[in-house]
Amino acid sequence: MSLVVAKKLKKTYIAGDITVNAIQGVDFSIESASFVSFVGPSGSGKSTLLNMIGCLDPPTEGALQVADSDITRLDRREAARFRGENIGFVFQDFNLIPVLTVFENVEYPLQMVQNWPASKRRKRVQDLLGAVGMADQGNKYPSQISGGQKQRVAVARALVTNAKLVLADEPTANLDRTTATRIIDLMKNMRDEFGTTFIFSTHDPKVVKNAEIIYTLEDGRLKESRSGNGGHHV
Amino acid sequence: MYNIFKLAVRNLKRYKRRTFLTSMLITLGVVAVLLFVSISGSFKAMMIGQITDSMLGHLQIHRKGYLASIDSLPLNRNLNAKQVAKVEQVLADIDAVDTYSMRIKLGAMFSNFVETTNIRLNAVLPEQELNTVPLLSERIVQGQAAGLIEKGEILIPELIAKGMKVKVGDSIVLVANNKDGSVNGLTLQVRGILEGISGPGGRDGVIHLEDAKTLLRFTGVEISEIAIRLKNMNHLPQTFADLTAKLSSIKNQQGQPVFEVHTWEKLSPFFNIAKMIDLMTFFIRIMLVAIVLVSIMNVMIMAVYERINEIGTIAAIGTLPARILGIFMVEGFLLGVLGTAIGTIISLITITIMNASKISFDFGRQTGLLLAPTISAGEVIVVVLTVIGIAVVASLQPAYKAAKMDPIAALRHV
Repeated sequence: MSLVVAKKLKKTYIAGDITVNAIQGVDFSIESASFVSFVGPSGSGKSTLLNMIGCLDPPTEGALQVADSDITRLDRREAARFRGENIGFVFQDFNLIPVLTVFENVEYPLQMVQNWPASKRRKRVQDLLGAVGMADQGNKYPSQISGGQKQRVAVARALVTNAKLVLADEPTANLDRTTATRIIDLMKNMRDEFGTTFIFSTHDPKVVKNAEIIYTLEDGRLKESRSGNGGHHV
Repeated sequence: MYNIFKLAVRNLKRYKRRTFLTSMLITLGVVAVLLFVSISGSFKAMMIGQITDSMLGHLQIHRKGYLASIDSLPLNRNLNAKQVAKVEQVLADIDAVDTYSMRIKLGAMFSNFVETTNIRLNAVLPEQELNTVPLLSERIVQGQAAGLIEKGEILIPELIAKGMKVKVGDSIVLVANNKDGSVNGLTLQVRGILEGISGPGGRDGVIHLEDAKTLLRFTGVEISEIAIRLKNMNHLPQTFADLTAKLSSIKNQQGQPVFEVHTWEKLSPFFNIAKMIDLMTFFIRIMLVAIVLVSIMNVMIMAVYERINEIGTIAAIGTLPARILGIFMVEGFLLGVLGTAIGTIISLITITIMNASKISFDFGRQTGLLLAPTISAGEVIVVVLTVIGIAVVASLQPAYKAAKMDPIAALRHV
């Protein structure tokens, strides 16, 4: 069953006299519980595509469905609500809220976005922190933990709302090789445990290597789609 | 809501120095306003009390045109028996009126048998006068205060007592023209010496109404002014309106109103000082508003600017714009509450200390006035709500900016 379906998707930016065709009519579909990577050189449109899938940036043309919803015509408020209910984000710079503890950072989407009751929230956060191996670090602040630990917390935060889809923009770019591998393994385990779909944009060969489907973008066009570890070309 | 407050408190604690300095600025403004309001308000209330309760009363009724020529104390513009009766009838119908006092105002020559000078006099019925201006007896600095005055006695102002070297118990002579121009004299004994106060009538002497009638050879009732005391001074505007409406309907044969009514505000130049104090209070409040507005807005603009990336993150993970707006507005609100709370506490402690210290001051010829600053709960509440309200308003624009921020642009911000 397809979780993300894009048809003739286009994104054009206009700045004064300059028109940039960031995405030029791409078609793809991504199944539930898959581990997908968008790769390509800088400026190829990876982040733009992820932003559109994440309801952060509306497409200029084409159709885009996420979790059976047409997300091309959502207004600001509807888009925020949709993201809160369906999508988790993992950022390159971790983007944890510095004034909240590890526990509170993971709790934030349940508390401030989905308004879960306190008792239910506590259990869910504990479970997620346990799943990412951060159960004993809950009272620490982001400044007190390492980069790898921050990204684990970010993964927990992305998954805590039972998101159907997690979008990760260069999630290993700021991590050393060992930590990056652990984070990729963690995300894969999370996919296996929770059935969440992970979509990455990355330059990192480690991430690419672990992806089940790899989409290659070039100048806003989808050049190829292949399965990970030497899959077929299309 | 608790979570928004928690987040706001944590963010304020993140920038401790900035939070402290902004709060102190608001505290300073609140202290300045509350102290100014309490000190100036107490000074104003004290001066108004002095003027109304020892001299003018709250309202005065005269025959039409009397006030315009009051400097010459005309005797041909007095109220006659019929007019006085009408006024008494009107006053009896107004509940807000507590009591009133009939006065004859006159000018005379004052002689100590050696020297002569001019004196302005209020001739009164002592019981009526004491009920209407109860602080008058407190102005008697020498002599017997109780009972105010009896026939054959005079209370003389301090300046004349000093200038003419007259003491309590001395005999003096008053010489006055009646309204027909004939001259008459009356020997009186000095019963007491009156402290002078600022304003019209503040340096007048006092004699008994019957003595004035004898001196001026009045045969019937003739009254220059009727001073009125109200049960509650807050009812002054309404009572003035009622009295004016009722008395202005009484016309003479030419169809002109017979009476004129004036509040103490019209009669005393201190009202202009009181107005100036009100104006200064207003401007101090405007300054407070400006301080709060600028400082909170500045801090909140900085807070938004510094946390663009964070705003992008919370927006991306689904925080609704209204909640982002709330997070920043609560921060501004808490800054306002913190500054106001500290400022109010400092102000109230300072007011208490000032009252305990019994600070005295001089105003014009009045010396040793005791500064007793007070502030009503209402005033404090108005200042507190104003500051907190302005703090919220000041954070509205930065908070709105944060709520409207494009998550992608915010996430890209370095």
